[in-house]
Amino acid sequence: MTPAIEVADLRKEYGKIVAVDDLSFVVPGGAVLGLLGGNGAGKTTTISMLLGLLEPTSGAVKVLGIDMLTQRFKALPRMNFSSPYVDLPHRLTVRQNLDFYGRLYGVPDVKKRLAEISDTLQIGDMLERPAGALSAGQKTRVALAKALINKPDVLLLDEPTASLDPDTADWVRTLLKDYQRQTGATILLASHNMSEVERLCDDVIMMQQGKVFERGAPGELIARFGRNDMEEVFLDMARGRQRGLDDLKKVAE
Amino acid sequence: MGASLRRIGAVVLRHVYLFRTSWLRILDSIYWPAVQMVMWGFLTQFLSNQTSYVAQAFGVLLSGLLLWEVLIRGNLSLSIAFLEEMWSRNLGHLFVSPLRPIEMAAGIVTVSLLRTLLGMIPVSLLAWAFFGYSVYDLGLPLVAFFLILQMFGWSVGLSMSGMIMRMGLSAETFAWAGIFILLPVSGVYYPIAALPTWLQYIAWCIPTAYVFEGMRTILTQQVVRWDFMLIAFSLAALYLAIGFRVFLLFFNSSRRKGTLLQQGE
Repeated sequence: MTPAIEVADLRKEYGKIVAVDDLSFVVPGGAVLGLLGGNGAGKTTTISMLLGLLEPTSGAVKVLGIDMLTQRFKALPRMNFSSPYVDLPHRLTVRQNLDFYGRLYGVPDVKKRLAEISDTLQIGDMLERPAGALSAGQKTRVALAKALINKPDVLLLDEPTASLDPDTADWVRTLLKDYQRQTGATILLASHNMSEVERLCDDVIMMQQGKVFERGAPGELIARFGRNDMEEVFLDMARGRQRGLDDLKKVAE
Repeated sequence: MGASLRRIGAVVLRHVYLFRTSWLRILDSIYWPAVQMVMWGFLTQFLSNQTSYVAQAFGVLLSGLLLWEVLIRGNLSLSIAFLEEMWSRNLGHLFVSPLRPIEMAAGIVTVSLLRTLLGMIPVSLLAWAFFGYSVYDLGLPLVAFFLILQMFGWSVGLSMSGMIMRMGLSAETFAWAGIFILLPVSGVYYPIAALPTWLQYIAWCIPTAYVFEGMRTILTQQVVRWDFMLIAFSLAALYLAIGFRVFLLFFNSSRRKGTLLQQGE
């Protein structure tokens, strides 16, 4: 079976700065992969290269078996993306925005899909409101609606629950999990929310300075670091791996 | 795989939605040309009593103004259509969708045409109402002039939009002012022969010089210079092809530099 995402020796340099340093990984179809790392670890840069929004300095990216460097327009109709760093046109209503993106993605019956997605994401009461007039949490839900408008096979999410209150964030996680179960889609998400990663992801890549620092299922990583949860694992990575091992030694003594 | 009319249509629809929510955007296309037209209309009325040149062809200044505004509106409407995406930080979404850069360019070119027509038709009617002057008296050549000036305006607009995409909103000033560098060498209000010889060589490389000279020939001698029209159209088509190419070059450069996600000043 063709992997959903294949990254080989991916590198991005900005002058002397190496943002992504010969990164390689494979994501099988139907997996939910978490991309973890501190600010500047290279997560957004990696996602941008996976989407074809950023040209790598070297290396290869394939999505659904399609080379993103030379044929990305074959893969893009089957992908979608959401990020708090990109907005939807503020003056357009939510309905107009979703209609526009539905048409761009070639959704066969945009009206029908819009009704489905507004029901699923419970955004019916926002449809006639300008996107710019929504609260941060509402904007995140609408951005997610846009990301699901074409029922993507590969969904890339950059901090999907940023700005959401715990209740809504939990609701979004359930929704993503359900979407993945129903469609078998592959989801790659970059997040700073460790409980989100534990709950959603089958597999996690921890990035530091543009490289893979660790990789494994959340449970494996927690066990490997001798910690209680992913938050502690993340802190170990951020502050130096040795600290986690040192703590273990202290307990043993 | 070729360009998709469906996606180009979606880009146009996105701007139609915008006009529907904000009529001020259309009013903006009418306001400045109308102010200019009224000012030049009164000046023309005054000069027509003073100089035989203007008396001979009353509409020469007003026609020049209206056609110059066709160029400006074509250029600005395209740049604004692109800037709308920058202002709303939407480029990241657009360029990870199946929309190709060439489709985006074709979409905003169409939007620019619509916006120019929505702006210039009322202003041309105002010129008729205020001063009894109809630019439509130019006849069929007016359609050719309009098309040539639009094409040239789009070529400049595409280049400027590409530059803003690459350099960010700090380069926005060029979108507003860049086209005006062509005003002195276009012969809008005076013949190209009035320019120094070395500047005339530059002027004849630009389609606008042929359009405005052609316009004057019609109004003062009642002669249509089809040769000027052909050269102007060929030059405008060449510049438009260059404009599309420059837009794509800046897009590719933005993809290398990573400026498509990081928009702002």
